[in-house]
Amino acid sequence: MSVKHSLLALLERGPAYGYQLRSAFESATGNTWPLNIGQVYTTLNRLERDQLVEALPENDSGQRPYRITASGRRHLAGWFASPVQAADRPRDELTIKLALAVTTPGVDVADVIQRQRTATLRLLQEYTRLKAAEEQPELAWRLVLESMIFRAEAEIRWLDHTEAVVARTVRPEPRPFPQHADETETQALQEKR
Amino acid sequence: MSVLQLQRVTRVHGDGENAVNALVDTDLAIEAGELVAIMGPSGSGKSTLLNLAGGLDAPTSGAVLVEGTVLATLNKKKLAALRRRSVGYVFQDYNLVPSLTAAENAALPLELDGMSAGRARTLAHAALEEVGLDAKQGDRFPDELSGGQAQRVAIARALIGDRRLVLADEPTGALDSVTGEEVLKLLRRRCDEGAAGLLVTHDARHAGWADRVVFLRDGRVVDSSAPLADAETLLEGAQ
Repeated sequence: MSVKHSLLALLERGPAYGYQLRSAFESATGNTWPLNIGQVYTTLNRLERDQLVEALPENDSGQRPYRITASGRRHLAGWFASPVQAADRPRDELTIKLALAVTTPGVDVADVIQRQRTATLRLLQEYTRLKAAEEQPELAWRLVLESMIFRAEAEIRWLDHTEAVVARTVRPEPRPFPQHADETETQALQEKR
Repeated sequence: MSVLQLQRVTRVHGDGENAVNALVDTDLAIEAGELVAIMGPSGSGKSTLLNLAGGLDAPTSGAVLVEGTVLATLNKKKLAALRRRSVGYVFQDYNLVPSLTAAENAALPLELDGMSAGRARTLAHAALEEVGLDAKQGDRFPDELSGGQAQRVAIARALIGDRRLVLADEPTGALDSVTGEEVLKLLRRRCDEGAAGLLVTHDARHAGWADRVVFLRDGRVVDSSAPLADAETLLEGAQ
């Protein structure tokens, strides 16, 4: 998640100081991703250094508001204009777990899938319950919640699909590793040396 | 008393070598105020379960009870009457009668049960209002309604009178995601108000509206999910 771009986006609404930015961020995302206030100030300092924001004089209570600069605005526009790259997303532990499950002797893949499906569905029920709890949720919060709902749904669909594929595929028994590296590997190693 | 109860229900289609266990030794109870979703791959027994619950099919062994009555003890006429008075259906394709208005469709179960047309119509308009349709929309024919409105009529019809059990088979099938969600919200609300709902769906997002999700595979219940107690703590972990 980009704290830098989030702060720039919030400052586009108008000048604000650290605590205001933190609470605005948390209210927009339904407290889903708590922000550390220290992180907010470090990021503001860095943004100021890069001339993407500028510090305004302290107010009577000693709080220093920041304002987005023209260069900051261009930077923000660039962020909104570029899609999130797959490489920016964390590795998916579930995918790795299932890829290993199908190649590990003695693992009941259907059981692993069912456990995950139940857990993810439970999560989906909770998100739905949170969503149903508010008649008119704030739009930003609704988006965050629905993104989690659709992601959970996608995961369950993928699990359903994987279960069907695994059930129809004859899998060879995974073999133990050879005791010595095979020839091509040795060659590769020699070349490296 | 549970509104719907399945006690060790088994349904076998065919016999001998061709016997297929559509549902095996299944227990399920749904209380008033509860919405239960059934999920599972095709052929897992979802539709069989729904048909047994609605008395459209009879179990090979075990018992199905609706509001405490064992369906197998009823003769044809009594079973039909119980289905009219206690069970409502919502289908994917709405199943409204095209030559009747929305209000006439909603009033149909009451009229079939012998209520006067005028009184049934009054109750139908009230039922339509509960699902968010006004008198003007109530006078429209099914082909003059949007998919979402038609499904609202079907839900009103399913729960009109004293009926407390609604069986829904992929009720959002043809609807876009926002309209589909409205239909589920409505079903959820009717359950919160005291109905018991059984929802068959392949869509996890829709099952998310249920209190409990039962997974079927090869005619057996393989797992069941009830939500955990505290949703807030779950979100704190969603980084």
